[in-house]
Amino acid sequence: MPEMHFKHDWSEKDSLRKGFGMGLLEAGKRNKNVVALCADLTESTQMHLFAEEFPERFVQVGVAEQNLVTVAAGMAAMGKIPFVSSYAAFSPGRNWEQIRTTIALNDRPVKIIGSHAGVSVGPDGATHQMLEDIPLMRALPNMVVIAPCDSVEAQKATLAMAADKRPNYMRLAREATPVFTSPHTPFEIGKGYVFRAGTDVTIVATGTMTYQALETAKLLAHKYISVEVVHISTIKPLDEEVILNSAAKTRHVITAEEAQIAGGLGGAVAELLGEKLPTSMARVGVKDHFGESGEPDELIKYFGLDAEAIAKVAQKLLTDHTNHKH
Amino acid sequence: MTDMPHQYSIKELEQRANDIRMDIIKMLEQAGSGHSAGPLGLADIFTALYFHSLKHDPKNPDWDGRDILILSNGHCVPVRYATMAHAGYFPKAELLTLRKFGSRLQGHPERLRLPGMETTSGPLGSGLSQATGMALALKMDDVRNRWVYVITSDGELDEGNSWEAVMLAAKYNPGNLIAIVDRNNIQIDGPTESVMPLESLKAKWEAFGWFALNINGNDIEAIISAVEMAKAVTEKPVVIIAHTIPGKGVDFMEKDFHWHGKPPGHEEAMKALKELRTLQGKIRSEHQ
Ligand SMILES: [Mg+2]
Repeated sequence: MPEMHFKHDWSEKDSLRKGFGMGLLEAGKRNKNVVALCADLTESTQMHLFAEEFPERFVQVGVAEQNLVTVAAGMAAMGKIPFVSSYAAFSPGRNWEQIRTTIALNDRPVKIIGSHAGVSVGPDGATHQMLEDIPLMRALPNMVVIAPCDSVEAQKATLAMAADKRPNYMRLAREATPVFTSPHTPFEIGKGYVFRAGTDVTIVATGTMTYQALETAKLLAHKYISVEVVHISTIKPLDEEVILNSAAKTRHVITAEEAQIAGGLGGAVAELLGEKLPTSMARVGVKDHFGESGEPDELIKYFGLDAEAIAKVAQKLLTDHTNHKH
Repeated sequence: MTDMPHQYSIKELEQRANDIRMDIIKMLEQAGSGHSAGPLGLADIFTALYFHSLKHDPKNPDWDGRDILILSNGHCVPVRYATMAHAGYFPKAELLTLRKFGSRLQGHPERLRLPGMETTSGPLGSGLSQATGMALALKMDDVRNRWVYVITSDGELDEGNSWEAVMLAAKYNPGNLIAIVDRNNIQIDGPTESVMPLESLKAKWEAFGWFALNINGNDIEAIISAVEMAKAVTEKPVVIIAHTIPGKGVDFMEKDFHWHGKPPGHEEAMKALKELRTLQGKIRSEHQ
């Protein structure tokens, strides 16, 4: 397996939404049909970079998420490539039926950006910490669901979405997180990548949790447990092959997502393995619970989403499974 | 057909609307489910649009110079199917497949199944915003002489999404958008004014920054002239509040909200067809 290209230094932090903002600006320069619509969160979702450069291709719809996606569906019908941004709690949280009918069933290439997903939203509390967007969007035929792992990947994903002919959803986080991928790290919609090779246990991670999974692998290396980290940036369509190959090798699979464990990445992987390769499994995520106010790091730890917590899940999975065999 | 020469007289258009009503009755009876009142009430508007006002080409539904017609209240699609068949989009025989398995004529319209359908609709309140998006996209590309028409029901103005679109269209005034409200005063649960009062409807649209017209939506001449008026108004988007009689043309269906969401049975269909047949040639006097 070829070595993954990562940055040398992982200390720099940046937000996924910033990567999106840069990517959208670039996409706008490359293609005049790229347009952007926002529901009164332009700077917060980093869409202002595009809006300032291309004011004539930017539509401010006000606090109206149902209008946001349906106006975009109309623009897509006339050949535009609309990016629409809001917080994930509102889009797709509030406007899911409009997305279902006018974008998914209607098969219009609207690019829905749900920022501020996950508990790392922090002080705003549960109302704004979207945890249910992955299952909402994964259930829709025609919809592509993307969750990049850092700012650099979010930028690549945005450019890839502008060139993709399908309806897309991309989930982003508010907080600045470590930037570890480089411009040379591969990214393709629909492809998962082994970010770290290992033999004892696989962590299939998405979004901000891929960084935590890589940290988990470092922690467990000290305990002579070899962790393989599979980064799934496209939750739908799922790269089954990369997951099945890794599961066949390690026979132990953990999923990790900053979202409800029900129906998200963990659900998708459980469905896959359950049907094609039953494997001992554990899911890391928020466990049928809403978030709350606090500092991002504090909340990540409280909900058991940090590297130490994942390491414990991995050790327990390995121990339980070994005990079962006897 | 691309330039739609105004070759039909008002009388011919009225006869066409009546024929379309008869097809609607046959389709609904055959389907065994669906909505009767709305499609019958809208037959004059659809006839006026497809046979007079719209720029379109039934043999080339994707023609990039066409006007766009969005039917927001998708449950009224039988009238659109019937009118499209009359205009030559597909054979009339296909009308009897409405709502059947494998048919292109789905219970609610699906763009991907039938060329010329423009969008998928049924869940209410989203047509006006899609039309606004289309109109804005045309404006961005500096396309002139292409109009976006959107028909909404009155009941769907209960939806917040409708008013979000009303505000946005007034803000950007794309200059090529015409909304037509099917003001038939009924919705599934009863009269609109008892389910959720909409009046003063014209004043509401005006307060939201639109130019509003009240017309008799069953008078083809009035519809054609309102559309011309709408095209002449440039300072605001225009809404035509078309007062229609639900179930128009069939005595026992007219103005009865119970016919909003059900089809005629065999006997009822026979009775309705007989009524529509005997009205032929007298329609114009009926209006006066
Ligand atoms: Mg009505």
